[in-house]
Amino acid sequence: MKKLFLSLAVTTISAFFVQVHSTVYNDSTIQKPAVIVPDPDNAGLILPKGFGALKVTDAYGKPRHITVTPEGYIYVKLARLFNGNGIYLLKDKNGDGRVDEGNGFGNYIGTGIALKNGYLYASSDENVYRYKLNNQHEVLTPNQPEEIIHGLLNRREHESKSITLDNDGNIYVNVGAYSNACQVQDRVAGSPGMKPCPILDSAGGIWQFKADQLHQTYGNGVHYATGLRNVVGLDWNTQTNSLFVMQHGRDQLHDNWPNLYTIQQSAELPAECMYELYKGANAGWPYIYYDQIQHKKILAPEYGGDGKKTAGEDAINPVIAFPGHLAPDGLLFYTGNMFPEKYKHGAFIAFHGSWNRAPLPQEGYYVVFVPFKDGKPTGKWEVFANGFAGKAPITSARNAHRPCGLAQGPDGSLYVTDDNKGAIYRIIYTGKE
Amino acid sequence: MLKKYSFLIIGLFFIWIFSAAIPPFQNTSNKASMQRGEKVYNKVCLPCHMADGGGVPNMNPPLIQTSYVLGDKTKLISIVLHGMTDRVAIDGDYYSNNMAPHNDLTDQQIADVLTFVRNSFGNKASAITPTEVKLVRFKKK
Repeated sequence: MKKLFLSLAVTTISAFFVQVHSTVYNDSTIQKPAVIVPDPDNAGLILPKGFGALKVTDAYGKPRHITVTPEGYIYVKLARLFNGNGIYLLKDKNGDGRVDEGNGFGNYIGTGIALKNGYLYASSDENVYRYKLNNQHEVLTPNQPEEIIHGLLNRREHESKSITLDNDGNIYVNVGAYSNACQVQDRVAGSPGMKPCPILDSAGGIWQFKADQLHQTYGNGVHYATGLRNVVGLDWNTQTNSLFVMQHGRDQLHDNWPNLYTIQQSAELPAECMYELYKGANAGWPYIYYDQIQHKKILAPEYGGDGKKTAGEDAINPVIAFPGHLAPDGLLFYTGNMFPEKYKHGAFIAFHGSWNRAPLPQEGYYVVFVPFKDGKPTGKWEVFANGFAGKAPITSARNAHRPCGLAQGPDGSLYVTDDNKGAIYRIIYTGKE
Repeated sequence: MLKKYSFLIIGLFFIWIFSAAIPPFQNTSNKASMQRGEKVYNKVCLPCHMADGGGVPNMNPPLIQTSYVLGDKTKLISIVLHGMTDRVAIDGDYYSNNMAPHNDLTDQQIADVLTFVRNSFGNKASAITPTEVKLVRFKKK
């Protein structure tokens, strides 16, 4: 009898709680409670005071980039087909913040995914497609995407085509260089650099296309910026109305030039750079790299450099430079209201984590925050979310969660994907210490 | 006359091929080969294939229990000598980085490092001899 009373009381109280604290969204089948509760261990992440995290799912393959709709639905682009699908729409049906339902479509792998003006944009490693959305931001015809760009170079190395859109109807696509340093023989010790580097006419840069025109390719687009070895993380900054990108710096300074660089120098150099781009910008690859210790553009050893000679007077400087090989795969300017004021308009960067610092311990595998004011970084960068690869020292990428894509939810939550073990994290500000 | 010389050339060729098959004393032990191979591995292979032979997901293939490492010796030797730039699935997965050719290594070094790789990281396979390397090196790619 006592038991019955107790269960009755619990049911009544929880029914009352749901009644009072839930918000009914447009989709009447989805009820969202006002408060999403973080995982007890913050999903294994180490976060600043007042933040919490939950793993929303790890059941949908290897998610690269991610975008979240105003309803809180998640779209992810996958690095490998999962049940034959390269894109998943993920929904939380019971309001606890965790994914309960996934619908797959798009039979191609890739990296880029973005929402803009009633369309979902997604990229394969050669093409960019778009899908018309209904007023719930669901794809209307998942099997009939419109091909807007085709024929972008994919020669295995740096094949990801990441995308972002501005507010004037343009889409920006990265075409990575299919080479480490534009050597005659890629990654071969002592092999000289090709001059001029023939890769740069169709790769190693950013191309701008119209977001609403079908079947475009190189000839229809604008060669927006060049001298960028490989960009995976990029975002349109709505404050400055300009494109920001994260470049992956070159590898193997010591392996290929052991007489010029020590193992230690090779682990730290060159910088992973954030650039603000404008039409016609040149970041200098492969002729130079940026040395974050000397704060200089240094002539690449493939072109006669010795680690000290400067060059690249016509190349732009980075907005901010990070240690070598951390592999920035996601960039997001935060415009939400959930996080404390200092985060507003600042940049989050997902660092996938290094591999070529070996034999020294690996670095990265974290999400970094860079404070910004008036479109410029104001202070030092800080590690915002760590613990993706477990405890240091990290010697192998294989068993680590690897941060890749970033997205902002409608409530200001920060979403982070992991394209190795497949986790999707949601980081929230709770204000609790 | 010509016949006589060609006989001599073929004879010399066989002596050259099998010279490595009659190795000096330090080469006779598999253990010694493993030890030398580990040194080569740490210097040449580790930066990409990692200390545990696990490689880097999507970029540099693992050397642990893969058909490429445990299978056809000729193919494996050829990859070390000539590098690899083809887009092929390795046990169902794709890797995007190019591998540089390492024909600057000696037959002995390649034999040692492949013997080391085929018997480390949980692998167990037969040793590779400098002669086997020499034969693949001599054969045009």
